[in-house]
Amino acid sequence: MKLHEYQSKRLFAAHGVPIPRGDVAATPEEARRIAEELGGTVVVKSQVLVGGRGKAGGIRLARTPDEAEVVAGEILGMEIKGLPVRKVLLDEAADIQQEIYLGIVVDRANRRPVMMASSEGGVEIEEVARTDPEAIKKVLIDPFVGLRGYQTLALAKGIGLAAEHRRAFDRIARGLYESFLACDASLAEINPLVVTAAGDLLAVDGKMVLDDNGLFRHPDLAQMRDVDEETATEREAREAGLSYVQLDGEIGCMVNGAGLAMATMDIIKHFGGGPANFLDIGGGAKAERVAAALRLILADPNVEAVLFNIFGGITRCDEVARGIVAAFEEVRPTVPLVARLVGTNEAEGRAILDDSGYRLITVTTLAEAAQKAVAAAKGEAAARGELGA
Amino acid sequence: MAILVDKNTRLLVQGITGREGEFHSGQMIEYGTQVVAGVTPGKGGQRACDGRVPVFDTVAEAVAATGPNASVVYVPARFAADAILEAADAGIPLVVCITEGVPTLDMIRVCAYLDQKGARLVGPNCPGLLSPGQAKVGIMPGHIAIPGPVGVVSRSGTLTYEVVYALTARGIGQTTCIGIGGDPIIGTTFIDVLEMFENDPLTEQVVLIGEIGGSDEERAARFIAERMTKPVTTFIAGRTAPPGKRMGHAGAIIQGGTGTAAEKIAAFEAVGVPVADHPEQIPDLVAHN
Repeated sequence: MKLHEYQSKRLFAAHGVPIPRGDVAATPEEARRIAEELGGTVVVKSQVLVGGRGKAGGIRLARTPDEAEVVAGEILGMEIKGLPVRKVLLDEAADIQQEIYLGIVVDRANRRPVMMASSEGGVEIEEVARTDPEAIKKVLIDPFVGLRGYQTLALAKGIGLAAEHRRAFDRIARGLYESFLACDASLAEINPLVVTAAGDLLAVDGKMVLDDNGLFRHPDLAQMRDVDEETATEREAREAGLSYVQLDGEIGCMVNGAGLAMATMDIIKHFGGGPANFLDIGGGAKAERVAAALRLILADPNVEAVLFNIFGGITRCDEVARGIVAAFEEVRPTVPLVARLVGTNEAEGRAILDDSGYRLITVTTLAEAAQKAVAAAKGEAAARGELGA
Repeated sequence: MAILVDKNTRLLVQGITGREGEFHSGQMIEYGTQVVAGVTPGKGGQRACDGRVPVFDTVAEAVAATGPNASVVYVPARFAADAILEAADAGIPLVVCITEGVPTLDMIRVCAYLDQKGARLVGPNCPGLLSPGQAKVGIMPGHIAIPGPVGVVSRSGTLTYEVVYALTARGIGQTTCIGIGGDPIIGTTFIDVLEMFENDPLTEQVVLIGEIGGSDEERAARFIAERMTKPVTTFIAGRTAPPGKRMGHAGAIIQGGTGTAAEKIAAFEAVGVPVADHPEQIPDLVAHN
């Protein structure tokens, strides 16, 4: 789950990271009031969960409260990469002398958090990694001893930070790591961390991504979820306990297991079609779960055929087939359906589907399933002939 | 022979009185696995699985009374880290965690602790292990596998079953099938398993099933090129996965443009390891080796 800039910065500040004075507005009038309180020049920043806000015109300066009201009004009406701007952050403008990058992610290969710093602040770290990987300095953090002073010193020296700023840098680095731990984050990033004309270090922009698996111990953070982070369908799926990702193809997929679901998407593409979604119905495949999944798939207007790919392991294929038929009774699909059931009791499962009275093509192999689904979606004559039979 | 679990495995089940724990304990016993004890705090003194398995409050008590040499964890995600640590602390050398949804930061501490203890973790968020005809630890369906010369290792569950089932249908049996789990932080990696298969005299070749996210497959490709004599056949799921979206497994995500299927496939092909276009090609490729 992603957090907005203002949410991330407030969490950093709670752990001792200095951030600019500022507040969030949902209306131009609120923006004006905040600008009045701050006094002087302010930065008006759209709060949307995508990168490239600046380039899109979503971050602008305002010299007076009047200007802040106008600028906020314009930004609040914008869409950035398809996401509506519902809030703006107004921050006191900083007099920037130097910009650096400071972030923490989980290093999967080393199984440790890794802190990264770069002298190229304000640029996305992936971009720096591509163009100038040597500019990124890293330290691995041992979970039992934490982030140590010698490590933050190595980072500060590595990026050429002047000696007089190292103490402040150390405090900020430790604060960032504390926020990372306290929030069960998978990413915590200050970009840029700036050195001001007055010689202070300030986290001008911040970003956090939280580990969804850790949210159970942070109900306060879970409430910060932005409704725009996921599509309405993805939200519905999450609430139904289904793992679903919308794609832009024409073949809806219902599969048990994430790896098999990906392999099913891939084989559809391999045979010339396009998957409309990733969907893992998980184990068991009870009727109500299958029905919920089917409703989600059929709600996508692009879907012209549905492919069921079920591996019966501990779960038996006949049980799953009954679940699918019960779901049909409820959802009444009208597009062609291709079903492949393999594994425990596959013959019984196929018989249940064949006898259900629904227009269903049952197949044995995955390749055949994909080819039939692609043909059905394209409305080819051969497939239609079989459908009518 | 097999790797990690065999007929000498004496298994402890943590969370044995839960719905999943009790059901799968029954399945493991029916398969022939020696399930010697269970642990559920507060239920010590009871018996589980129709009275066949004694239940203890703590792992230490179960170890003292029954001498298990492996543990499997079915407890809910919020208690899973504790359960794994408890097993390692009680001296159990192999812990298999089936539980899905364990926080990443918990797993970082757990892996560091188990490294210190010299204990091996398989998972979390994995289907476990199956050494056909010998032992089953976890949730894999036992009847889809037969004994034979192929080692199977995968980050996935049902996709593994699919491949094992297809191998079995072709009369190609397996030494051990192991699911290492779909999370970003896991105890046992592809390289660990490849090394064990390379050293197992009965394993003649290996099937590796990877997916998008991380770089474990790339490291596996280098390991195969430098250290393995046995042939390896691979499949990578997620060629059509969009960047930035988690594909079910917490670890299956393309981030910052890395972890794509294309990179992983290229890494294997660069060292001459065949990559199947789809799962049903795997038995053909294996039969050719």
